[in-house]
Amino acid sequence: MRFKSKDLLGIEDLDSQDIELVLSTAGSLREVSEREIKKVPTLRGRTIINLFYEPSTRTRTSFEIAAKRMSADAVNISVSASSAVKGETIKDTAKNLEAMKPDCIVVRHSASGVPHMLADYLKCSVVNAGDGAHEHPSQALLDMFTVKEKKGTIKGLKLAIIGDIGHSRVARSNIYGFTKLGAEVVVAGPPTMMPPGIERLGCRATFSMEDAIADADVIMMLRIQLERQKESFFPTIREYSMLYGLDEAKLKMAKKDVLILHPGPLNRGVEISPAVADGPYSMILDQVTNGVAVRMAIFYLLLGAAKE
Amino acid sequence: MNRLIIRGGRLFDPSTGTDGIHNLYVMGGRIASFKPADRDTTEINPGPGVEVIDARGLLVTPGLIDVHTHLREPGFEYKETIRTGTLSAAAGGFTSILCMANTAPVNDNESVTRYILEKAKEEGAVNVFPVGALSVGQKGERLADMRELKRAGCVAVSDDGMPVVNGGLMRKALEYSSVCGMPVISHSEDTALSGSGVMNEGAVSTRLGLKGIPNAAEESMIARDISLAELTGGRLHIAHVSARGSVELIRMARGKGLKVTAEAAPHHLTLTDEAVGRYNTNAKMNPPLRTVADVEALRAGLRDGAIDCAATDHAPQSIIEKDVEFERAANGIVGLETAFSLVYGLVADGLLPLNAAISALTINPARAMGLDRGTLKVGSVADIAIIDVNRDWTVDPLKLKSKSKNTPFTGMTLKGVIVKTIVGGRTVFSAD
Ligand SMILES: [Zn+2]
Repeated sequence: MRFKSKDLLGIEDLDSQDIELVLSTAGSLREVSEREIKKVPTLRGRTIINLFYEPSTRTRTSFEIAAKRMSADAVNISVSASSAVKGETIKDTAKNLEAMKPDCIVVRHSASGVPHMLADYLKCSVVNAGDGAHEHPSQALLDMFTVKEKKGTIKGLKLAIIGDIGHSRVARSNIYGFTKLGAEVVVAGPPTMMPPGIERLGCRATFSMEDAIADADVIMMLRIQLERQKESFFPTIREYSMLYGLDEAKLKMAKKDVLILHPGPLNRGVEISPAVADGPYSMILDQVTNGVAVRMAIFYLLLGAAKE
Repeated sequence: MNRLIIRGGRLFDPSTGTDGIHNLYVMGGRIASFKPADRDTTEINPGPGVEVIDARGLLVTPGLIDVHTHLREPGFEYKETIRTGTLSAAAGGFTSILCMANTAPVNDNESVTRYILEKAKEEGAVNVFPVGALSVGQKGERLADMRELKRAGCVAVSDDGMPVVNGGLMRKALEYSSVCGMPVISHSEDTALSGSGVMNEGAVSTRLGLKGIPNAAEESMIARDISLAELTGGRLHIAHVSARGSVELIRMARGKGLKVTAEAAPHHLTLTDEAVGRYNTNAKMNPPLRTVADVEALRAGLRDGAIDCAATDHAPQSIIEKDVEFERAANGIVGLETAFSLVYGLVADGLLPLNAAISALTINPARAMGLDRGTLKVGSVADIAIIDVNRDWTVDPLKLKSKSKNTPFTGMTLKGVIVKTIVGGRTVFSAD
């Protein structure tokens, strides 16, 4: 099996079978990371470029480790926003990289749609590692993987996504993913951060966190950018935390065996209390571990399976 | 004296209420007469100095007038020049265009106005009427010398591209421009509300993860501008109306008898924000493409006269500005060569009476800007468009006369082919 498309740009483009394929592939690849020699030869001779226009040590590292465990050669290129503005265009950069014959480019950019531009320009595979407020497909896949592993299935679960929905690519990708696998998704956040028409992605929207997390099987807390306070998206951190922070009191409203997800990095004491973040329901470190397996699966399905 | 005879076409001129098969006689660059073809016994002897155009089966209208183009010269000749922009206009059936002041240098003084007019005289294919800047350098701080601009040949003032944020300045512009006999063209936008938005705010921007521009950014500023028009008695023309609430406000203002006119662009009349598709920067413009409800409100406005002009907002941009990330891409599309067909498409679909369509492209813009054009009445300048409304064409950006190719209509098949464009009795464009 391999992907229908040469690229992984968003969960919106996938159907439930594609998603299940990634999850099951990740399931069989995860064991590699438990070995003493954490490497399989599957992608030997393949070159993967991590092209990051936004600093993100964790996501980049996760992709890099995934590539290396599959025996691919991984190269990291960090482009600071300032030099990108002054210097060459995205297209120039892409064409230059393509001249070095990579098999796959993993791209992270603050502008929505950049991976799509690259995918149109380039013959090699493009993986979206997060574009603006649009999508972050590998994050959603690892979130689904984590939940499925613990719950056995995603169908019929209630997922609450809490926080800055408007600016969140994680929210968008997860709304698509979880609803495609049959979950009920409810998003909650302040009205200033709730984008119009979000329901069209398949979720229900509410301004009440309590409403969203009532009887939830999974709660996904989004990282709040503290700078948003300056733009009056919320009055103070304190108020935000009171209304939309997850603490032990609020947690009681969810199901007994609720799972807590967070894409990281955490603002402890803001969107999530330290007790909850480190508590028994927290899946935060599992997410990180599973991220590598899911990204190995993505590389395998885009690059490796071709030969079979 | 040179004579031109256009025979047997369907003469359609809202300014004189003419609609029928006529022969049109032009002498010395002016309309000499027009007569119903079946009762016309004039003997036509082709010979030197006499040109006869067979317009049977074709529509003959006053030359089209566009009150909103960006010719980009001086300063941005790599995007468009007065030469290429007017050739593009001619290919679109336009015989007169107003060019906006956001050039480099800004057209805020007579030397720039004169430069544009001289260039247009030497190289221009159609009539060019410059719009002067409303404020010095379009900085929104103090009024430009409007009297001087008028004397040099400007017909209106506008800071188009740079919304006039300061209501006090807008008030003074409306007051002062009236003694200069020029309307104020307003690009009405509350920039605090539009912020860093790059497309219409709605379900599509949410799906694409792009920052949105709410309708209120336009509506609230139009409400302000209408209040100021009422306060001052000044002549206000509202550029590129895109939002449904704006149409209501303008309808109300016109109902009150205020001196308010307004234009809608063909792209706002035909496309929605869905055209952004997968981050197509050729569907990025300001104001942005809106929703079906807005498109329908604009069409209704054009039908009932709340919106009296169709204007292109022809905004050439090169690949350098467009082939980049969506949020960094420049606003604007080229519009002169697709305008007629897009508006006529509404007529063909039964959504707009022909009279409203042709009025919005001829006599209404002429009246809004105080131009002695847009009519085929006897004695007027012979600016004429001859159009085959039964023929289709497919938009190929490479075939556009404009120097820039930024159109969202690539590959679309449109109705209505411009056969000839005539300026002052002289043919400036012929379809091949
Ligand atoms: Zn404008």
